[in-house]
Amino acid sequence: MMNDSYSYTVAIPLILFFSFLIIGLAGGKLKPIVSGIFGTFFLLISTALSYYTAYSYFFVDGKSNGVYQQLIAYDSLWLQFTDKLQIHVGVLLDPISVMMLVVITTVSLMVHIYSLGYMKGEVGFSRYYSFLSLFTFSMLGLVLSSNIFQTYIFWELVGVSSYLLIGHYYERPSAVAASKKAFIVTRFADMGFLVGILLLSSFTGTFDFLKLTDPNGSALTQGSAISFLGLSVMTWSMLLVFMGAAGKSAMFPLHIWLPDAMEGPTPVSALIHAATMVVAGVYLVARLFTVYFFAAPDALIFIGYVGTFTSLFAAVIACTQTDIKRVLAFSTISQIGLMMGGLGVSGYSGPEGLGYTASMFHLFNHAMFKALLFLCAGSVIHAVHTNELWDMGGLKKHLPVTHIAFLIGCLGISGVPPLSGFFSKDEILTAVFEKNKLLFYVQFLVAGVTAFYMFRLYFGIFWNKQREYHTKPHESPFSMLFALIFLSIASTFVGLIPFSEFVTPDLKPFTSHIHWAIAIPAIIIAVIGLVLAFVMYRKESDLSGRLSGSLGILYRAAYKKFYIDEIYLFITKNVIFKHISAPIAWFDRNVVDNTMNGIAAITNFVSMRIRAFQSGQLQQYAYVMVSGLVIIVLVALYFMKT
Amino acid sequence: MIENIGIEQFLILSTLMFFIGVYGFLVRKNLITMLMSVELILNAVNINFVAFNKYYYPENLQGHFFAMFVIAIAATEVAVAIAIIISLYRKIRTIDVEQVDEMKY
Repeated sequence: MMNDSYSYTVAIPLILFFSFLIIGLAGGKLKPIVSGIFGTFFLLISTALSYYTAYSYFFVDGKSNGVYQQLIAYDSLWLQFTDKLQIHVGVLLDPISVMMLVVITTVSLMVHIYSLGYMKGEVGFSRYYSFLSLFTFSMLGLVLSSNIFQTYIFWELVGVSSYLLIGHYYERPSAVAASKKAFIVTRFADMGFLVGILLLSSFTGTFDFLKLTDPNGSALTQGSAISFLGLSVMTWSMLLVFMGAAGKSAMFPLHIWLPDAMEGPTPVSALIHAATMVVAGVYLVARLFTVYFFAAPDALIFIGYVGTFTSLFAAVIACTQTDIKRVLAFSTISQIGLMMGGLGVSGYSGPEGLGYTASMFHLFNHAMFKALLFLCAGSVIHAVHTNELWDMGGLKKHLPVTHIAFLIGCLGISGVPPLSGFFSKDEILTAVFEKNKLLFYVQFLVAGVTAFYMFRLYFGIFWNKQREYHTKPHESPFSMLFALIFLSIASTFVGLIPFSEFVTPDLKPFTSHIHWAIAIPAIIIAVIGLVLAFVMYRKESDLSGRLSGSLGILYRAAYKKFYIDEIYLFITKNVIFKHISAPIAWFDRNVVDNTMNGIAAITNFVSMRIRAFQSGQLQQYAYVMVSGLVIIVLVALYFMKT
Repeated sequence: MIENIGIEQFLILSTLMFFIGVYGFLVRKNLITMLMSVELILNAVNINFVAFNKYYYPENLQGHFFAMFVIAIAATEVAVAIAIIISLYRKIRTIDVEQVDEMKY
């Protein structure tokens, strides 16, 4: 449905593209702080527009007859291959894309403001801001895409901006390796995504989200009849699409890039690797939820299992890591796993769509409190110049604001009421409980583990024993604290938004309420985790050392992230490189190259031999020419006679 | 009087001129002489044109015109060739064709 009154939304991403161009091209000549303020200013305009869009969509004219409309705010034909095969570029507004607009611009704005203080005096300050603009542009373009092809384009763009920002400190080898790893792993997953898109669109005959996700449309029924290896083509294509989503959202076993991505500057981790880009996978599944639900329910169940498994897996690893940013990274993986789990068990209409709503709700809340936690971690690192948890301690007195903000973030993610995480987690657990008991128990356990590792961090950083610091830790500048305070307030209150009034799979609002039968046990397990962390990490003690010693091999495996990186390394190095790539390289070097070199050598040899013909003597040439002519004439005469 | 002369005589003359020209072109080392040989070849051809025209197609004039064209072309060719020879002489102080072998491998 076309709607002209929202056509200004196309400017929301484009402003940032111009900001990227201007800062990127002129950044070297400007004072660093000027480009920072420039980028922040442009983003502020975008943010204001997004808020206005959200207000008018949700509260003024988004609904008609009590159902949210999917509006095409802008549309233009980009590539026309044939009459049927066309690629459009457009802006699609519906509850989830409008919600994502708010999330992205808010977190990005906070990160921009925070970075003014955090990145002050760093080399490449302008470059950093231009890439932040590029990232925000691509992310906004991704969520506003009106067709799956456009999504793919922006999907790759966020990938490349993530690569550029992880590698911000490109003179550090570890950062270079991490950025390459992130790019290659997500790119590998995107290969599946691309094949999925091609399959999906060739069977449904459209790229357009509106046509794809119309529950009464013809797109969903096509392709279900054709099957391959026991699964229908739709299931295959949706599984492949999920592969792309899993790569971006760091689902097991494609999660390995996210912990390493922490090599980037901390605000980047907050923006890209906690709040926005990594939830793009969740967003994609939500965007295609109708297709999953009606045409590929098997794939949806699979997503639920993968998400839940990943969330437990990452939560266990998070308990053992000592780099505070890595703990947060694994916590992010775990929380995204919960969102995927929520989507996987969701139904379609009415209150059955609770899983979907809860997942989007959790995405929203998670963006706020995880960005907050990362920014707090950045503030701590800024103060003590280390990432190691055991090099910190006793910072409560030195960093009072950060301390409170971090506490709010921890309570939020642990699901302690009335902070935001409680509401969304409760909804996810309720939805899972109604569909699948096994997944419920796993996620229930994850809730406890989450509280444990988050408070392990909290007590380790802010309580524990006071360490010897080179310089006395000091509270961060105002720009950083502003972002922390804003996000603390946001994470405290966003949980009160009645999300099911806004975001539902079938676009019809419903009312949901807190299910105390599930909420109370969840609170209890969170508190158990909290108390456990309090006992073990409140002050210096060998309790945790003894515990990890008694767990022995299990602890070591978790500490080593269950050796997934080593398995990848083994497969790539010993299997692929050694037994596939090396023979191919040999063949290339010895057979292909030598054939070509041989031809060249023969030509060279022959021409060396015959080059004496080119003597430069004019009369010799003329002599040869005349003799040739004479011979030709004689031959011609001979044959003409006979 | 000309009626007594057959076309054979013209053809013999032109053949002789042609091969004298070819011989001169191949044997003489002086570029100017070689140029003169080329003129001989061209004029041999001219004689052929005119002779054939006269004896076989007296009502047409193409042969004559063609001969005129050849004369014109020969004149321009001489202008160009002499220019080349002069600049060659300026450069390497000789017009011996065997010394001019810059364009070898």
